[in-house]
Amino acid sequence: MIEAILTYDFLQNAFAAGLIIGVIAPLLGVFIVVRRLSLIADALSHVTLAGIAGSLFLSQSVAALAALNPLYLGIAASVAGSVMIERLRRLYKHYEELAIPIILSAGIGFGAIFISLAQGFQTDLFGYLFGSVSAVSRQDLWIVTAIAGVVVLFILLFYKELFVLSFDEEFAKASGLPSRWIHFLFMIVTALVIAGSMRIVGILLVSSLMTLPVAAAMRISGSFKGTILWSVLFGEFSVLAGLVMAFYFNLAPGGTIVVTSIVVLLLVIAFSKSVRTKTNEVVT
Amino acid sequence: MGAPLIEMEHVSFRYEQTKALEDITLTVRKGDFLAILGPNGSGKSTLLKILLGLIKPTTGTVRLFGKDIRHFRERERIGYVSQKANSFNSGFPATVEEVVKGGLAKKTGLFRRFPESAEEDVTRALKAVGMETSRKRLVGELSGGQQQRVFIARALVSRPEVLILDEPTVGVDKQNVQSFYDMLDRLNKEQEITLILVTHDAEMVSDRISHVACLNRTMHFHGFKNEMERMSAEQLEAWYGHSVRKVHHAGAVR
Repeated sequence: MIEAILTYDFLQNAFAAGLIIGVIAPLLGVFIVVRRLSLIADALSHVTLAGIAGSLFLSQSVAALAALNPLYLGIAASVAGSVMIERLRRLYKHYEELAIPIILSAGIGFGAIFISLAQGFQTDLFGYLFGSVSAVSRQDLWIVTAIAGVVVLFILLFYKELFVLSFDEEFAKASGLPSRWIHFLFMIVTALVIAGSMRIVGILLVSSLMTLPVAAAMRISGSFKGTILWSVLFGEFSVLAGLVMAFYFNLAPGGTIVVTSIVVLLLVIAFSKSVRTKTNEVVT
Repeated sequence: MGAPLIEMEHVSFRYEQTKALEDITLTVRKGDFLAILGPNGSGKSTLLKILLGLIKPTTGTVRLFGKDIRHFRERERIGYVSQKANSFNSGFPATVEEVVKGGLAKKTGLFRRFPESAEEDVTRALKAVGMETSRKRLVGELSGGQQQRVFIARALVSRPEVLILDEPTVGVDKQNVQSFYDMLDRLNKEQEITLILVTHDAEMVSDRISHVACLNRTMHFHGFKNEMERMSAEQLEAWYGHSVRKVHHAGAVR
Protein backbone atom coordinates (compact mmCIF):
# COMPACT_ATOMS: atom_id res chain seq x y z
CA MET A 1 0.00 0.00 0.00
CA ILE A 2 2.69 2.48 1.05
CA GLU A 3 4.62 1.60 -2.07
CA ALA A 4 1.54 2.26 -4.19
CA ILE A 5 1.05 5.63 -2.52
CA LEU A 6 4.65 6.55 -3.23
CA THR A 7 4.32 5.44 -6.82
CA TYR A 8 1.03 6.98 -7.86
CA ASP A 9 0.33 10.70 -7.72
CA PHE A 10 -3.42 10.23 -7.65
CA LEU A 11 -3.16 8.04 -4.54
CA GLN A 12 -1.03 10.67 -2.80
CA ASN A 13 -3.68 13.26 -3.55
CA ALA A 14 -6.51 11.05 -2.36
CA PHE A 15 -4.81 10.03 0.88
CA ALA A 16 -3.58 13.52 1.73
CA ALA A 17 -7.03 14.98 1.05
CA GLY A 18 -8.59 12.12 3.03
CA LEU A 19 -6.33 12.76 6.01
CA ILE A 20 -7.32 16.42 6.03
CA ILE A 21 -11.04 15.77 5.60
CA GLY A 22 -10.91 13.13 8.33
CA VAL A 23 -9.96 15.94 10.72
CA ILE A 24 -12.05 18.91 9.59
CA ALA A 25 -15.37 17.20 8.86
CA PRO A 26 -15.80 15.66 12.35
CA LEU A 27 -14.25 18.74 14.00
CA LEU A 28 -16.94 20.99 12.60
CA GLY A 29 -19.43 18.13 12.82
CA VAL A 30 -19.33 18.22 16.63
CA PHE A 31 -20.78 21.73 16.59
CA ILE A 32 -23.27 20.81 13.87
CA VAL A 33 -24.56 17.82 15.83
CA VAL A 34 -24.88 19.53 19.23
CA ARG A 35 -26.63 22.48 17.58
CA ARG A 36 -29.04 20.02 15.90
CA LEU A 37 -28.12 21.23 12.44
CA SER A 38 -27.24 17.83 10.94
CA LEU A 39 -29.85 18.12 8.21
CA ILE A 40 -28.45 21.45 7.08
CA ALA A 41 -25.27 19.63 6.10
CA ASP A 42 -27.39 17.37 3.89
CA ALA A 43 -29.17 20.28 2.25
CA LEU A 44 -25.87 22.05 1.54
CA SER A 45 -24.30 18.97 -0.02
CA HIS A 46 -27.14 18.78 -2.51
CA VAL A 47 -26.69 22.45 -3.35
CA THR A 48 -23.01 21.69 -3.95
CA LEU A 49 -24.11 19.08 -6.48
CA ALA A 50 -26.07 21.75 -8.36
CA GLY A 51 -22.98 23.98 -8.44
CA ILE A 52 -20.75 21.19 -9.72
CA ALA A 53 -23.22 20.06 -12.38
CA GLY A 54 -23.69 23.70 -13.41
CA SER A 55 -19.95 24.16 -13.70
CA LEU A 56 -19.54 21.05 -15.84
CA PHE A 57 -22.33 22.23 -18.11
CA LEU A 58 -20.68 25.65 -18.42
CA SER A 59 -17.27 24.21 -19.22
CA GLN A 60 -18.86 22.19 -22.04
CA SER A 61 -20.81 25.05 -23.52
CA VAL A 62 -18.43 28.00 -22.96
CA ALA A 63 -14.99 27.37 -24.40
CA ALA A 64 -13.28 29.87 -22.10
CA LEU A 65 -14.44 27.92 -19.04
CA ALA A 66 -13.44 24.50 -20.34
CA ALA A 67 -10.64 24.08 -17.80
CA LEU A 68 -12.57 25.41 -14.81
CA ASN A 69 -12.32 23.20 -11.72
CA PRO A 70 -15.95 22.35 -10.85
CA LEU A 71 -15.08 22.57 -7.17
CA TYR A 72 -15.08 26.38 -7.34
CA LEU A 73 -18.70 26.66 -8.42
CA GLY A 74 -19.55 23.86 -6.01
CA ILE A 75 -18.10 25.92 -3.15
CA ALA A 76 -19.88 29.06 -4.38
CA ALA A 77 -23.22 27.23 -4.56
CA SER A 78 -22.74 25.73 -1.10
CA VAL A 79 -21.91 29.09 0.47
CA ALA A 80 -24.85 30.75 -1.32
CA GLY A 81 -27.06 27.90 -0.08
CA SER A 82 -25.98 28.46 3.52
CA VAL A 83 -26.80 32.16 3.28
CA MET A 84 -30.22 31.35 1.80
CA ILE A 85 -30.97 28.82 4.54
CA GLU A 86 -30.31 31.55 7.10
CA ARG A 87 -32.61 33.96 5.25
CA LEU A 88 -35.37 31.35 5.09
CA ARG A 89 -34.96 30.40 8.73
CA ARG A 90 -35.56 34.00 9.68
CA LEU A 91 -38.49 34.33 7.27
CA TYR A 92 -40.21 31.22 8.66
CA LYS A 93 -39.40 31.90 12.29
CA HIS A 94 -41.81 29.32 13.65
CA TYR A 95 -40.99 26.68 11.04
CA GLU A 96 -37.22 26.94 10.90
CA GLU A 97 -36.76 23.39 9.62
CA LEU A 98 -38.75 24.30 6.50
CA ALA A 99 -35.61 25.97 5.11
CA ILE A 100 -33.93 22.57 4.80
CA PRO A 101 -36.36 20.81 2.40
CA ILE A 102 -36.66 24.02 0.36
CA ILE A 103 -32.91 24.32 -0.18
CA LEU A 104 -32.42 20.56 -0.52
CA SER A 105 -35.00 20.21 -3.27
CA ALA A 106 -33.75 23.33 -5.01
CA GLY A 107 -30.27 21.76 -5.02
CA ILE A 108 -31.47 18.46 -6.47
CA GLY A 109 -33.75 20.21 -8.96
CA PHE A 110 -31.03 22.40 -10.43
CA GLY A 111 -28.56 19.53 -10.17
CA ALA A 112 -30.82 17.22 -12.21
CA ILE A 113 -31.34 19.86 -14.91
CA PHE A 114 -27.61 20.55 -15.30
CA ILE A 115 -26.79 16.83 -15.25
CA SER A 116 -29.18 16.17 -18.12
CA LEU A 117 -27.87 19.19 -20.03
CA ALA A 118 -24.19 18.32 -19.60
CA GLN A 119 -23.57 15.39 -21.88
CA GLY A 120 -21.05 12.84 -20.81
CA PHE A 121 -21.23 14.01 -17.21
CA GLN A 122 -22.90 10.71 -16.35
CA THR A 123 -19.53 8.97 -16.17
CA ASP A 124 -18.17 11.53 -13.67
CA LEU A 125 -21.45 11.66 -11.84
CA PHE A 126 -20.86 8.46 -9.91
CA GLY A 127 -17.61 9.85 -8.55
CA TYR A 128 -19.26 13.07 -7.46
CA LEU A 129 -22.12 11.27 -5.77
CA PHE A 130 -20.15 8.59 -3.92
CA GLY A 131 -16.56 9.81 -3.95
CA SER A 132 -13.57 8.63 -5.90
CA VAL A 133 -10.00 7.56 -5.15
CA SER A 134 -8.65 8.38 -8.59
CA ALA A 135 -10.35 11.71 -9.35
CA VAL A 136 -8.64 13.92 -6.74
CA SER A 137 -6.32 16.28 -8.59
CA ARG A 138 -3.39 18.22 -7.16
CA GLN A 139 -5.49 21.36 -7.48
CA ASP A 140 -8.32 19.72 -5.51
CA LEU A 141 -5.82 18.89 -2.79
CA TRP A 142 -4.70 22.52 -2.58
CA ILE A 143 -8.30 23.68 -2.32
CA VAL A 144 -8.99 21.18 0.47
CA THR A 145 -5.82 22.32 2.28
CA ALA A 146 -6.89 25.95 2.05
CA ILE A 147 -10.36 25.08 3.38
CA ALA A 148 -8.78 23.15 6.26
CA GLY A 149 -6.73 26.22 7.13
CA VAL A 150 -9.86 28.34 7.28
CA VAL A 151 -11.72 25.79 9.42
CA VAL A 152 -8.94 25.29 11.94
CA LEU A 153 -8.36 29.03 12.24
CA PHE A 154 -12.09 29.61 12.70
CA ILE A 155 -12.40 27.01 15.47
CA LEU A 156 -9.25 28.24 17.24
CA LEU A 157 -10.35 31.87 17.14
CA PHE A 158 -13.97 31.33 18.11
CA TYR A 159 -13.85 28.16 20.20
CA LYS A 160 -15.26 29.62 23.40
CA GLU A 161 -17.94 31.64 21.62
CA LEU A 162 -18.94 28.62 19.53
CA PHE A 163 -19.16 26.52 22.67
CA VAL A 164 -21.38 29.01 24.50
CA LEU A 165 -23.54 29.55 21.42
CA SER A 166 -23.98 25.79 20.91
CA PHE A 167 -24.80 25.12 24.52
CA ASP A 168 -27.20 27.97 25.15
CA GLU A 169 -27.98 30.51 22.45
CA GLU A 170 -30.06 32.71 24.74
CA PHE A 171 -27.26 33.00 27.29
CA ALA A 172 -24.81 33.84 24.50
CA LYS A 173 -27.03 36.70 23.35
CA ALA A 174 -27.75 37.92 26.87
CA SER A 175 -24.07 38.06 27.75
CA GLY A 176 -23.45 40.26 24.73
CA LEU A 177 -21.56 37.84 22.46
CA PRO A 178 -21.88 38.63 18.73
CA SER A 179 -23.84 35.42 18.24
CA ARG A 180 -25.42 36.36 14.91
CA TRP A 181 -22.08 37.01 13.29
CA ILE A 182 -20.51 33.90 14.68
CA HIS A 183 -23.45 31.80 13.51
CA PHE A 184 -23.19 33.34 10.04
CA LEU A 185 -19.47 32.57 9.81
CA PHE A 186 -20.17 29.08 11.12
CA MET A 187 -22.63 28.43 8.29
CA ILE A 188 -20.15 29.61 5.69
CA VAL A 189 -17.37 27.45 7.12
CA THR A 190 -19.78 24.50 7.11
CA ALA A 191 -20.50 25.12 3.45
CA LEU A 192 -16.76 25.13 2.72
CA VAL A 193 -16.16 21.84 4.52
CA ILE A 194 -19.01 20.17 2.68
CA ALA A 195 -17.76 21.29 -0.71
CA GLY A 196 -14.21 20.27 0.20
CA SER A 197 -15.10 16.81 1.53
CA MET A 198 -17.27 16.01 -1.45
CA ARG A 199 -14.40 14.85 -3.70
CA ILE A 200 -13.51 11.97 -1.39
CA VAL A 201 -16.76 10.98 0.31
CA GLY A 202 -19.22 12.07 -2.37
CA ILE A 203 -22.12 14.46 -2.17
CA LEU A 204 -24.63 11.96 -0.85
CA LEU A 205 -22.41 10.89 2.03
CA VAL A 206 -20.66 14.08 3.11
CA SER A 207 -22.99 14.74 6.01
CA SER A 208 -22.40 11.26 7.42
CA LEU A 209 -18.69 12.02 7.90
CA MET A 210 -19.75 15.06 9.94
CA THR A 211 -22.26 13.18 12.08
CA LEU A 212 -21.39 9.47 12.49
CA PRO A 213 -18.01 9.93 14.22
CA VAL A 214 -19.64 12.51 16.51
CA ALA A 215 -22.50 10.16 17.32
CA ALA A 216 -19.94 7.54 18.37
CA ALA A 217 -17.80 10.03 20.32
CA MET A 218 -20.77 11.28 22.33
CA ARG A 219 -21.39 7.76 23.65
CA ILE A 220 -18.04 7.49 25.38
CA SER A 221 -16.73 10.97 25.98
CA GLY A 222 -16.80 12.63 29.38
CA SER A 223 -16.42 16.21 28.20
CA PHE A 224 -16.88 18.50 25.22
CA LYS A 225 -13.20 18.62 24.35
CA GLY A 226 -13.11 14.84 24.68
CA THR A 227 -16.01 14.61 22.24
CA ILE A 228 -14.05 16.64 19.72
CA LEU A 229 -10.95 14.49 20.15
CA TRP A 230 -12.79 11.18 19.82
CA SER A 231 -14.78 12.46 16.82
CA VAL A 232 -11.60 13.35 14.97
CA LEU A 233 -10.01 10.00 15.86
CA PHE A 234 -13.04 8.02 14.67
CA GLY A 235 -13.36 10.18 11.56
CA GLU A 236 -9.70 9.79 10.67
CA PHE A 237 -9.78 6.04 11.19
CA SER A 238 -12.89 5.65 9.03
CA VAL A 239 -11.44 7.72 6.20
CA LEU A 240 -8.12 5.86 6.15
CA ALA A 241 -9.61 2.39 6.49
CA GLY A 242 -12.27 3.27 3.93
CA LEU A 243 -9.74 4.57 1.41
CA VAL A 244 -7.55 1.47 1.73
CA MET A 245 -10.53 -0.80 1.16
CA ALA A 246 -11.77 1.30 -1.72
CA PHE A 247 -8.35 1.07 -3.37
CA TYR A 248 -7.89 -2.70 -2.94
CA PHE A 249 -11.42 -3.77 -3.83
CA ASN A 250 -12.06 -1.02 -6.38
CA LEU A 251 -15.07 0.36 -4.51
CA ALA A 252 -16.48 3.87 -4.15
CA PRO A 253 -14.64 5.38 -1.14
CA GLY A 254 -17.77 7.20 0.06
CA GLY A 255 -19.40 3.84 0.66
CA THR A 256 -16.43 2.17 2.35
CA ILE A 257 -15.78 5.22 4.57
CA VAL A 258 -19.39 5.50 5.70
CA VAL A 259 -19.77 1.77 6.29
CA THR A 260 -16.56 1.85 8.38
CA SER A 261 -17.99 4.76 10.40
CA ILE A 262 -21.16 2.77 11.00
CA VAL A 263 -19.18 -0.27 12.16
CA VAL A 264 -17.20 2.01 14.51
CA LEU A 265 -20.46 3.51 15.79
CA LEU A 266 -22.02 0.08 16.44
CA LEU A 267 -18.89 -1.15 18.23
CA VAL A 268 -18.81 1.97 20.39
CA ILE A 269 -22.50 1.62 21.27
CA ALA A 270 -21.98 -2.03 22.24
CA PHE A 271 -18.88 -1.14 24.24
CA SER A 272 -20.46 1.78 26.10
CA LYS A 273 -23.50 -0.36 26.95
CA SER A 274 -21.39 -3.12 28.44
CA VAL A 275 -19.35 -0.58 30.43
CA ARG A 276 -22.54 1.00 31.75
CA THR A 277 -24.03 -2.33 32.84
CA LYS A 278 -20.78 -3.15 34.60
CA THR A 279 -20.68 0.14 36.50
CA ASN A 280 -24.31 -0.32 37.45
CA GLU A 281 -23.49 -3.77 38.83
CA VAL A 282 -20.69 -2.28 40.90
CA VAL A 283 -22.99 0.41 42.24
CA THR A 284 -25.81 -1.98 43.18
CA MET B 1 -29.70 52.81 50.96
CA GLY B 2 -27.37 51.46 48.32
CA ALA B 3 -26.54 53.21 45.08
CA PRO B 4 -29.09 52.77 42.29
CA LEU B 5 -27.85 50.09 39.88
CA ILE B 6 -30.89 49.82 37.66
CA GLU B 7 -33.25 52.68 36.93
CA MET B 8 -36.20 52.40 34.56
CA GLU B 9 -38.26 55.48 33.91
CA HIS B 10 -41.64 55.46 32.16
CA VAL B 11 -40.65 52.50 30.06
CA SER B 12 -43.18 51.11 27.59
CA PHE B 13 -42.85 48.34 25.07
CA ARG B 14 -45.06 47.29 22.16
CA TYR B 15 -44.94 44.17 20.03
CA GLU B 16 -46.45 45.59 16.83
CA GLN B 17 -49.86 46.77 18.11
CA THR B 18 -49.88 44.90 21.43
CA LYS B 19 -48.81 46.78 24.51
CA ALA B 20 -46.60 44.45 26.51
CA LEU B 21 -45.42 46.98 29.09
CA GLU B 22 -46.76 50.39 29.93
CA ASP B 23 -45.15 53.19 31.88
CA ILE B 24 -42.86 51.11 34.06
CA THR B 25 -40.76 52.97 36.61
CA LEU B 26 -38.48 50.84 38.73
CA THR B 27 -35.32 51.35 40.74
CA VAL B 28 -33.08 48.58 42.01
CA ARG B 29 -30.39 49.53 44.51
CA LYS B 30 -27.20 47.78 45.54
CA GLY B 31 -27.94 44.90 47.89
CA ASP B 32 -31.65 44.66 47.05
CA PHE B 33 -33.33 41.30 46.67
CA LEU B 34 -36.24 42.11 44.42
CA ALA B 35 -38.96 39.65 43.45
CA ILE B 36 -40.97 40.47 40.34
CA LEU B 37 -44.37 38.84 40.59
CA GLY B 38 -47.08 38.72 37.99
CA PRO B 39 -49.38 36.36 36.10
CA ASN B 40 -48.45 34.75 32.78
CA GLY B 41 -48.29 37.27 29.96
CA SER B 42 -47.85 40.15 32.37
CA GLY B 43 -44.68 41.31 30.65
CA LYS B 44 -42.15 39.93 33.14
CA SER B 45 -39.96 38.37 30.49
CA THR B 46 -40.23 41.49 28.32
CA LEU B 47 -39.02 43.56 31.26
CA LEU B 48 -36.00 41.28 31.72
CA LYS B 49 -35.20 41.36 28.00
CA ILE B 50 -35.13 45.15 28.14
CA LEU B 51 -32.80 45.07 31.15
CA LEU B 52 -30.50 42.66 29.35
CA GLY B 53 -30.42 44.85 26.26
CA LEU B 54 -31.96 42.14 24.07
CA ILE B 55 -34.80 44.45 23.03
CA LYS B 56 -35.10 48.23 23.05
CA PRO B 57 -37.96 49.93 24.87
CA THR B 58 -40.46 51.74 22.64
CA THR B 59 -40.40 54.76 24.95
CA GLY B 60 -38.78 55.64 28.26
CA THR B 61 -35.23 55.47 29.56
CA VAL B 62 -33.20 52.71 31.19
CA ARG B 63 -29.99 53.38 33.12
CA LEU B 64 -27.63 50.63 34.25
CA PHE B 65 -24.97 51.56 36.79
CA GLY B 66 -25.83 55.19 36.12
CA LYS B 67 -25.25 54.88 32.38
CA ASP B 68 -27.86 55.00 29.64
CA ILE B 69 -28.42 51.43 28.43
CA ARG B 70 -27.64 52.46 24.85
CA HIS B 71 -24.09 53.27 25.89
CA PHE B 72 -23.69 50.49 28.45
CA ARG B 73 -20.91 48.10 27.46
CA GLU B 74 -20.03 46.35 30.74
CA ARG B 75 -22.41 43.45 30.28
CA GLU B 76 -20.39 41.22 32.60
CA ARG B 77 -21.59 43.30 35.56
CA ILE B 78 -25.04 41.77 35.10
CA GLY B 79 -25.39 37.99 35.33
CA TYR B 80 -28.38 36.23 33.81
CA VAL B 81 -29.93 32.85 34.50
CA SER B 82 -32.63 32.12 31.95
CA GLN B 83 -35.78 30.11 32.32
CA LYS B 84 -34.75 28.16 29.29
CA ALA B 85 -31.77 26.78 31.15
CA ASN B 86 -34.25 24.28 32.50
CA SER B 87 -35.02 22.90 29.09
CA PHE B 88 -31.53 22.94 27.58
CA ASN B 89 -30.42 19.98 25.52
CA SER B 90 -29.68 17.58 28.38
CA GLY B 91 -27.63 15.29 26.17
CA PHE B 92 -25.08 18.01 25.54
CA PRO B 93 -21.66 16.43 26.04
CA ALA B 94 -20.07 19.04 28.30
CA THR B 95 -18.75 18.95 31.85
CA VAL B 96 -19.88 21.29 34.62
CA GLU B 97 -16.47 22.95 34.41
CA GLU B 98 -16.76 23.61 30.67
CA VAL B 99 -20.24 25.08 31.03
CA VAL B 100 -19.26 27.38 33.90
CA LYS B 101 -16.13 28.53 32.10
CA GLY B 102 -18.36 29.56 29.19
CA GLY B 103 -19.61 32.32 31.47
CA LEU B 104 -16.21 33.98 31.09
CA ALA B 105 -16.35 34.10 27.28
CA LYS B 106 -17.56 37.68 27.04
CA LYS B 107 -15.22 39.00 29.72
CA THR B 108 -12.23 37.25 28.15
CA GLY B 109 -12.95 38.88 24.79
CA LEU B 110 -12.91 37.74 21.17
CA PHE B 111 -9.82 35.98 19.77
CA ARG B 112 -8.40 35.38 23.27
CA ARG B 113 -7.94 32.20 25.24
CA PHE B 114 -9.30 31.90 28.76
CA PRO B 115 -6.76 33.35 31.22
CA GLU B 116 -5.10 31.12 33.82
CA SER B 117 -7.20 32.68 36.54
CA ALA B 118 -10.27 31.11 34.89
CA GLU B 119 -9.70 27.87 36.82
CA GLU B 120 -9.87 29.68 40.16
CA ASP B 121 -12.90 31.67 39.05
CA VAL B 122 -14.69 28.43 38.18
CA THR B 123 -13.79 26.91 41.55
CA ARG B 124 -15.03 29.98 43.41
CA ALA B 125 -18.33 30.07 41.46
CA LEU B 126 -18.91 26.34 41.97
CA LYS B 127 -18.24 26.68 45.70
CA ALA B 128 -20.72 29.54 45.94
CA VAL B 129 -23.47 27.27 44.64
CA GLY B 130 -22.27 24.15 46.47
CA MET B 131 -21.34 22.19 43.34
CA GLU B 132 -17.54 21.99 43.58
CA THR B 133 -17.54 18.20 43.82
CA SER B 134 -19.37 17.84 40.50
CA ARG B 135 -16.79 19.75 38.48
CA LYS B 136 -15.89 16.91 36.10
CA ARG B 137 -19.39 15.46 35.72
CA LEU B 138 -21.46 15.84 32.56
CA VAL B 139 -24.24 18.41 33.01
CA GLY B 140 -26.75 15.98 31.52
CA GLU B 141 -26.19 13.57 34.44
CA LEU B 142 -27.23 16.12 37.07
CA SER B 143 -30.69 16.65 38.54
CA GLY B 144 -32.75 19.69 37.53
CA GLY B 145 -31.86 21.51 40.74
CA GLN B 146 -28.16 20.78 40.36
CA GLN B 147 -28.22 21.92 36.75
CA GLN B 148 -29.81 25.18 37.78
CA ARG B 149 -27.03 25.67 40.35
CA VAL B 150 -24.48 25.13 37.59
CA PHE B 151 -26.20 27.80 35.49
CA ILE B 152 -26.04 30.18 38.41
CA ALA B 153 -22.34 29.41 38.76
CA ARG B 154 -21.95 30.18 35.05
CA ALA B 155 -23.56 33.57 35.67
CA LEU B 156 -21.47 34.16 38.82
CA VAL B 157 -18.12 33.26 37.34
CA SER B 158 -17.63 36.68 35.76
CA ARG B 159 -18.27 38.30 39.19
CA PRO B 160 -21.46 40.18 38.32
CA GLU B 161 -22.85 42.74 40.74
CA VAL B 162 -26.43 42.05 39.73
CA LEU B 163 -27.92 38.62 39.08
CA ILE B 164 -31.16 38.34 37.14
CA LEU B 165 -33.03 35.04 37.43
CA ASP B 166 -36.05 34.20 35.29
CA GLU B 167 -38.22 31.65 37.14
CA PRO B 168 -35.20 29.63 38.21
CA THR B 169 -37.10 26.97 40.13
CA VAL B 170 -39.14 25.64 37.21
CA GLY B 171 -38.05 22.01 36.91
CA VAL B 172 -36.50 21.89 40.37
CA ASP B 173 -38.16 19.34 42.66
CA LYS B 174 -39.97 20.66 45.71
CA GLN B 175 -37.56 19.47 48.42
CA ASN B 176 -34.71 21.26 46.71
CA VAL B 177 -36.46 24.57 46.12
CA GLN B 178 -35.97 25.59 49.75
CA SER B 179 -32.22 24.95 49.74
CA PHE B 180 -32.03 26.67 46.37
CA TYR B 181 -33.47 29.84 47.88
CA ASP B 182 -31.15 29.46 50.89
CA MET B 183 -28.28 29.60 48.46
CA LEU B 184 -29.64 32.75 46.78
CA ASP B 185 -30.05 34.27 50.21
CA ARG B 186 -26.36 33.64 50.97
CA LEU B 187 -25.29 35.16 47.66
CA ASN B 188 -27.31 38.25 48.50
CA LYS B 189 -26.18 38.63 52.11
CA GLU B 190 -22.62 37.29 52.11
CA GLN B 191 -21.43 38.28 48.65
CA GLU B 192 -23.64 41.36 48.43
CA ILE B 193 -24.92 40.42 45.01
CA THR B 194 -28.05 42.32 44.05
CA LEU B 195 -30.75 39.86 43.00
CA ILE B 196 -33.71 40.27 40.70
CA LEU B 197 -35.94 37.23 40.68
CA VAL B 198 -38.94 36.61 38.48
CA THR B 199 -40.99 33.95 40.16
CA HIS B 200 -44.29 32.28 40.85
CA ASP B 201 -43.27 30.98 44.30
CA ALA B 202 -44.37 34.10 46.14
CA GLU B 203 -44.68 32.13 49.36
CA MET B 204 -41.29 30.49 49.20
CA VAL B 205 -39.36 33.69 48.68
CA SER B 206 -41.39 36.01 50.89
CA ASP B 207 -39.14 35.82 53.95
CA ARG B 208 -35.96 36.30 51.98
CA ILE B 209 -36.66 39.19 49.63
CA SER B 210 -36.38 42.85 50.48
CA HIS B 211 -38.50 44.33 47.69
CA VAL B 212 -41.47 43.31 45.60
CA ALA B 213 -42.64 44.49 42.19
CA CYS B 214 -46.08 43.41 41.05
CA LEU B 215 -46.39 43.54 37.32
CA ASN B 216 -49.34 43.12 35.03
CA ARG B 217 -48.50 45.12 31.93
CA THR B 218 -48.32 48.14 34.20
CA MET B 219 -46.57 48.28 37.55
CA HIS B 220 -49.14 47.75 40.26
CA PHE B 221 -46.85 47.88 43.20
CA HIS B 222 -43.19 48.45 43.75
CA GLY B 223 -41.54 48.91 47.09
CA PHE B 224 -40.51 47.26 50.35
CA LYS B 225 -42.21 43.97 50.86
CA ASN B 226 -43.74 44.97 54.21
CA GLU B 227 -45.56 47.80 52.48
CA MET B 228 -47.11 45.27 50.20
CA GLU B 229 -48.25 43.21 53.15
CA ARG B 230 -50.35 46.12 54.22
CA MET B 231 -52.21 46.06 50.93
CA SER B 232 -55.63 44.51 51.22
CA ALA B 233 -56.50 41.25 49.58
CA GLU B 234 -58.97 43.18 47.41
CA GLN B 235 -56.26 45.46 46.08
CA LEU B 236 -54.08 42.48 45.23
CA GLU B 237 -56.93 40.71 43.50
CA ALA B 238 -57.70 43.79 41.49
CA TRP B 239 -54.37 43.77 39.75
CA TYR B 240 -53.66 40.08 39.67
CA GLY B 241 -56.99 39.39 38.01
CA HIS B 242 -57.85 36.46 40.23
CA SER B 243 -57.85 35.68 43.90
CA VAL B 244 -54.52 35.44 45.64
CA ARG B 245 -53.52 34.24 49.04
CA LYS B 246 -51.75 36.87 51.01
CA VAL B 247 -48.32 35.96 52.20
CA HIS B 248 -47.48 36.56 55.84
CA HIS B 249 -44.16 36.36 57.50
CA ALA B 250 -42.51 37.73 60.56
CA GLY B 251 -39.17 38.89 59.15
CA ALA B 252 -38.46 42.60 59.33
CA VAL B 253 -37.33 44.57 56.34
CA ARG B 254 -33.63 44.97 56.09
